[in-house]
Amino acid sequence: MHEGRSTSFYLLAAFFAAYVLFLYGPMIAIFVLSFQGPQGGLTFPMNGVSLHWFQRVFAGNGTVDIGSAFERSLALGLTVMLLTVAMSVAAGMAFRKRFAGSSILFYAAIASLIVPSIVTSLGIALEFHLIDDAIQKFLFPRWQTGMGLFTSGLGAHLTWTLPFGLLIMFAIFNRFDGRLEEAARDLGATPWQTFRHVVLPIILPSVVGIGLFGFTLSWDELARSSQTIGAVNTLPLELQGLTTTVTKPDIYALGTLTTAVSFLVIGTSLAVILLLQWRQQRRGSDAGKGMV
Amino acid sequence: MTDNRSPTLIAWLQAGPMMLVFGLFFLLPLVFVAVVSFWNYNDYEMIPAFTVRGYTESFSGCLVKLPDLCTLFATYWKTVQICFLVWLLTLLIGFTIAYFLAFHVRSRTWQIALSLLCTIPFWTSNVIRMIAWIPLLGRNGLVNQGLMGLGLVAQPQEWLLYSEFSVVLALVHLFTFFMIVPIFNSMMRIDRSLIEAAYDAGASGWQTLWNVVIPLCKPGIVIGSIFVITIVMGDFITVGVMGGQQIASVGKLIETRLNALQFPPAAANAVLLLGLTALIIGVLSRLVDVRKEL
Repeated sequence: MHEGRSTSFYLLAAFFAAYVLFLYGPMIAIFVLSFQGPQGGLTFPMNGVSLHWFQRVFAGNGTVDIGSAFERSLALGLTVMLLTVAMSVAAGMAFRKRFAGSSILFYAAIASLIVPSIVTSLGIALEFHLIDDAIQKFLFPRWQTGMGLFTSGLGAHLTWTLPFGLLIMFAIFNRFDGRLEEAARDLGATPWQTFRHVVLPIILPSVVGIGLFGFTLSWDELARSSQTIGAVNTLPLELQGLTTTVTKPDIYALGTLTTAVSFLVIGTSLAVILLLQWRQQRRGSDAGKGMV
Repeated sequence: MTDNRSPTLIAWLQAGPMMLVFGLFFLLPLVFVAVVSFWNYNDYEMIPAFTVRGYTESFSGCLVKLPDLCTLFATYWKTVQICFLVWLLTLLIGFTIAYFLAFHVRSRTWQIALSLLCTIPFWTSNVIRMIAWIPLLGRNGLVNQGLMGLGLVAQPQEWLLYSEFSVVLALVHLFTFFMIVPIFNSMMRIDRSLIEAAYDAGASGWQTLWNVVIPLCKPGIVIGSIFVITIVMGDFITVGVMGGQQIASVGKLIETRLNALQFPPAAANAVLLLGLTALIIGVLSRLVDVRKEL
């Protein structure tokens, strides 16, 4: 079945191209504009080409401390990434057996994905306020707050990244051949050895994918952070604040930098995934391929 | 299989950390939202005494003003309007894109590459993707320059940015992805011989699409719709940034109360929002068993 392309193919291809342009066009515009000359404004035309606005971002333009927001977001993103990978893989393994509460966990994950972020964010903020009040009243009168980047903030981010991690694990194990584990067990491998030497190498490319989701979703997270991050701000929150105050292209420069980090992470992850898949194919079983 | 440790215990240990996170940072907070929505409050703190003040204040004037809409109803109406429009657009665009990827791109490599092209923006910042419209839609943006250059308009068009138009545009821009993925997923499961059969039985392209492909994509359409609708109903960031902080939305209603540290009315509004979203999801998910679709 390989007849020539139909008219509908060309129409749909044109529609797809238009969609891709719609997706990337505006972003390309701000990448270009972030190299605006020192006299340039927020819109085209370009008024010369310079790195002026990047220098201003790195120097700190006085209003906000972008450098530390950047570091905070990075630290939080990496923590969220590691926890998301570890918890998702572990829970994914658990879901292959029957256990009490499995459907509660499943529906909690789905609900966490679709309950509006503002509601989750409000709930976590409330929870910490109430705990703070209780501690002040009954334990330490001088207690300030338990709210912070790595308490309420971390929790809020995990409620967003874990559902994605779990769903990816489901997708992996739906296609996983359980006979491989049985074979390992029959050969005398302990459960840990089976996981470490049989299961993990096979699922590793997808696990890198979970890490990619974990980091990028946290790095760009905004709605859930808004009420839960405490006194300090993450980079997306700073950026959102800047949208109302900044009238110069430094916001584009900052946007370009943030996106560059995202692209770096996406690129690295995809490269690692491809490398792992390639290695799997090359070093995989030769059963049925060799001499008869 | 003579592992003497109980498999259930191991499963519990494996799933435990995730259960703990959802318990502490999702389920318990939701309980607090529900409880606090019935608390009283004053200018600087919440008071744990039962009252329905959070709700009655939200609905204040709603009955008196009828048939005119009070703030709450007007805000909900506006949000539902925007939500419907975004849902319709993301569905049409998402379905078309998924259809192209699933049925017209024949090589597996191209399919992966083009899907990736659609996915990459999802891994970048939403705020940046909103800001990115400024150089295009602003007063002196490319669109206005183009329109004036062509002599179509004499004045720069103000409705392009910080308007309902830009809010809908940005929401479609951000969230069509959530439609493409589940619909594409459903389409990839359709047995290709069914399409052949329809073709052989004399169905036209449109007939096949309408009578074979769309019914079989229903699960994907429903899941995508749930995602888009719940996101847009609770959104306050896109509406804020793209609406120039001028357009009301249900999410912004909650945010405004929070910024004033009025937790009980914020919680009451959150409960209302949650109720409405649950209602929409309930209706939609009657159409499909979500768990079978993974």
